[in-house]
Amino acid sequence: MANKIRVATTSLAGCFGCHMSFLDIDERMLQLAEVVEFDRSPITDIEHCTNCDIGLIEGGVCNSENVHVLREFRNNCKILVAVGACAINGGLPAMRNHIPLEECLNEAYLDGIGVENPKIPSDIELPLLLNQVHPIHEIVKIDYYLPGCPPSADVFWKFLTDLIEGREPSLPYELVHYD
Amino acid sequence: MSKTITIDGKTIPFEEGQTIMDAAMAAGVYIPHLCHQPEFTPHGSCKLCTVKVNGRNCSACTYPAMEGQDVLNETEELIDDRKKITQMLFVEGNHFCPSCEKTGNCQLQAVAYHLNMLDNHFPLFYPDREVDASHAEVMIDHNRCIFCTLCVRASQQKDSKDVFAISGRGIHKHLIVNAESGLLKDTDIDATDQAAHICPTGAILIKRTGYQVPIGERIYDHKQIDQVSLSTEHPKHGE
Amino acid sequence: MRQFIQGIAENNHYQATRLLQMLRQIQSRYHYIPEAAIEQLAGLLNIPRTQIISVVEFYSFFHLSPRGQYELLISDSITDHMLGKKNLLGYLADKLAVAVGQVREDGVVSLDNTSCTGMCDQGPAGLVNGYALTRLDRSKIDKIAELINQQKPLEEWPSELFQVDDNILKSGLLLDQQFEQGAALKSALKRGVKETLAEIDKSGLRGRGGAGFKTAMKWQFCSEEQQTERYVVCNADEGEPGTFKDRVLLNSYADQVFEGMTVCAAIIGAKQGFLYLRGEYLHLYDKLQDILEQRRRNGVLGNNIQDAGVDFDIEICLGAGAYICGEESALIESLEGKAGIPRNRPPYPVTQGYLGKPTVVNNVETFLAAAGIAVNGGDWFANIGTEKSKGTKILSISGDCTRPGIYEYPFGVTVQTILNDCGADDVLGVQIGGPSGTFISNQEFDRKLAFEDLATGGSFIIFNASRNILDMVHNFTHFFAHESCGFCTPCRVGTSLLQKQVDKIVEGHGSAGDVVALEELCQLVKNYSHCGLGQTAANPILTTLQRYPDLYQSRLKEISYEPGFDLDGALETARRMANRDDAGAHLAQTQMESEHE
Repeated sequence: MANKIRVATTSLAGCFGCHMSFLDIDERMLQLAEVVEFDRSPITDIEHCTNCDIGLIEGGVCNSENVHVLREFRNNCKILVAVGACAINGGLPAMRNHIPLEECLNEAYLDGIGVENPKIPSDIELPLLLNQVHPIHEIVKIDYYLPGCPPSADVFWKFLTDLIEGREPSLPYELVHYD
Repeated sequence: MSKTITIDGKTIPFEEGQTIMDAAMAAGVYIPHLCHQPEFTPHGSCKLCTVKVNGRNCSACTYPAMEGQDVLNETEELIDDRKKITQMLFVEGNHFCPSCEKTGNCQLQAVAYHLNMLDNHFPLFYPDREVDASHAEVMIDHNRCIFCTLCVRASQQKDSKDVFAISGRGIHKHLIVNAESGLLKDTDIDATDQAAHICPTGAILIKRTGYQVPIGERIYDHKQIDQVSLSTEHPKHGE
Repeated sequence: MRQFIQGIAENNHYQATRLLQMLRQIQSRYHYIPEAAIEQLAGLLNIPRTQIISVVEFYSFFHLSPRGQYELLISDSITDHMLGKKNLLGYLADKLAVAVGQVREDGVVSLDNTSCTGMCDQGPAGLVNGYALTRLDRSKIDKIAELINQQKPLEEWPSELFQVDDNILKSGLLLDQQFEQGAALKSALKRGVKETLAEIDKSGLRGRGGAGFKTAMKWQFCSEEQQTERYVVCNADEGEPGTFKDRVLLNSYADQVFEGMTVCAAIIGAKQGFLYLRGEYLHLYDKLQDILEQRRRNGVLGNNIQDAGVDFDIEICLGAGAYICGEESALIESLEGKAGIPRNRPPYPVTQGYLGKPTVVNNVETFLAAAGIAVNGGDWFANIGTEKSKGTKILSISGDCTRPGIYEYPFGVTVQTILNDCGADDVLGVQIGGPSGTFISNQEFDRKLAFEDLATGGSFIIFNASRNILDMVHNFTHFFAHESCGFCTPCRVGTSLLQKQVDKIVEGHGSAGDVVALEELCQLVKNYSHCGLGQTAANPILTTLQRYPDLYQSRLKEISYEPGFDLDGALETARRMANRDDAGAHLAQTQMESEHE
């Protein structure tokens, strides 16, 4: 176990679609499990990552919690990877970027159709929203990018096997998609 | 056919009056481009087709081929810089491919795939741009306009109309349409106009046709833009 | 309004090429270009409305929404800043109760910044309804605010507000000439046009705009084109920040300049000339028209000049606030009534210029020199200067010196000599040739002004040791982003990216990789841009980065990465709306800071 490559994953402002796609590597997961050990990840329930080799980040940064999680990953992962359209350019959540946050919150919590007990949530447990959604490379340094919405299982497989086998990761034409 | 240039060491014949792009494409050599289509007056604005001619950067689509030119096209430096220019086009607009019905058929995306662009490199601008869905059959999503002026030229040169123009200066450039209301529905555009079909990105779309071909089976899902470009823009070099 | 627009179109013979001139009149009357005017004009000129809108939206002095009856613009040149512009602008905004970039609610006044107005030797400067204001200070601003609040017509404003001085502090070959109207033409026609072209060739005269193309060669190429129509254009779109010599030449030497153009016309066989005068020099317009009229009366302009069968006339066309129009092909586009977007080259203007006809475009100073050479012969000029840079150069000197103004030197003069003459002490460096030129440090003052060493269009801005170079870089970089025409990707997007990246570093958000990223971006914009604007837009950064790398590095944080925007600031709206201010409602800008919390 000691020599296994430690991988952590998380989803920030994402839909977990990238994680689902990752799981689509199907039976290759067994192969992967022989050399990889998962640290913080939705598939392990470990809450904080420590001392990892690879961090896979899905989703962009839309609130303060995303910033903290992203920083934790950057601090604890040797290689940090932006996975999927949202991590790379904000993706669909970033389509709110041209609407002022005030308008968004008003619509959602105060004067939108069907709103009951209009009130902006203010519990201190809740993360605050940033004015805009940002791709993760605008907050921390990112080492690699895996485009796609989601990146296909083959993209994850190709990328991880390249890294594990000591090659500079690269994606052939067939694996590069933004959709 | 006595006159020749070389592109990456390969001898390419040309005829008087041809640009470097013309000569290259006729010889089956692909030079990336977005604002260029052989049937329209070259524009030279996207700068993706920049090649090194005798050591100097020139736009292949506008620069005339001249005897003895030593042209570099596929150097590491040019490919890398073309990728950055493509990234510039991505960050200045709002290009969210997963939600765009042009995905897979988009030339901006295809050039980016071809150049193995995996990220945006630069900070994103997230400009505030409008969608004009006023017309019954054609729509404009300004978020995706790259100011190539192909629609402007197609409308003038093929449709004998004047539906589109580029207005504004610098980063505030934007596409405008020829109607007092400023809306597409009040122009004389028809869904059959070339201008409605020429857009290399998803900025001008024909309504209700976007998903007739499923994602995954679209033009650039399996073929690279170099092959597609050579075969559609210069059919004699088709596979 | 219908009648007014009809009248304008009629006076301009329904020529779409005159669109800028018509729009200038409309803007001046209504303080914007009303939609109805666009519709009517499109009909009268038989052009699509989009063509008019795209011109309106291209030029800084045209607006689709109303400005104030008094349109106040304050020059944003670095030299204005060095003279305390920022404080003055704030004071002015307070006095007039209008925010910068806004129109006051009553519609009386609007206030905004504008690119360098060419008054660097007598700033801080500005424009009111297009007319130059100079040497602004608090007492003048009090006066201006009072006049505006009383809604006094501009004609009744005290003339001292508009006083523009020549400030010629050192004259030489060109500025010392005693010129007699018609003398250059007389000599040229007597000698023969071919022979006169030979003299100009012999003089070694090169274009004075900065690029330095041989004038005789340009004229010869143009004359050799197989066309019957040709044009002469004088480029007086003096927009390079820190340059103002053409303002002085047109104020006090216009006759020679026009005569130089006429000599050129006689040589190349042109019948029509244009003086493209930057909009900022509106104050010179009437005077220049009078000189042209006088020249016509005296038989040195118009039909059958000096009874030698030469027909040539000159029209003055005003710009409307676009630096890019100083680029010759953009200038020609603008003359044709279009947005000033540089053309693809080849073809060059000498083969296909104005309306597709062979056209010579030269700088004001070039025509002035050509007139002198026509009178005195090529040797008169060639005997002065250096091997590759003949004659003299007229410089616009501003910034930190006791005697800013106009200086004429033989080419080859050292920077140190100039600094001594204009009273500059404790100099940190000099920006030569304007933002598009080169910044030289105080280790290089033995360098020479000449095409062989430091080529220049004449801008010479001095910075003393109290100045911060990054402030200058910041100002220049914003200038280029503002003035990029937006035609090509590398310049349109690149100049905005440069602006963001410089801001990031200057505002202290830069981290380890940011200077490298900046330099990489500079190279991209420089190497791939369509025209000179983009190709030189990174010069302020590149030339200072080369000389003061530590200055940039010192602004970087000792961390590997930092966001380019204010993270905690980005939570402000959410904080306010959720009424929170607890620790969890804040973010540290960097990871390092957050670790130390």
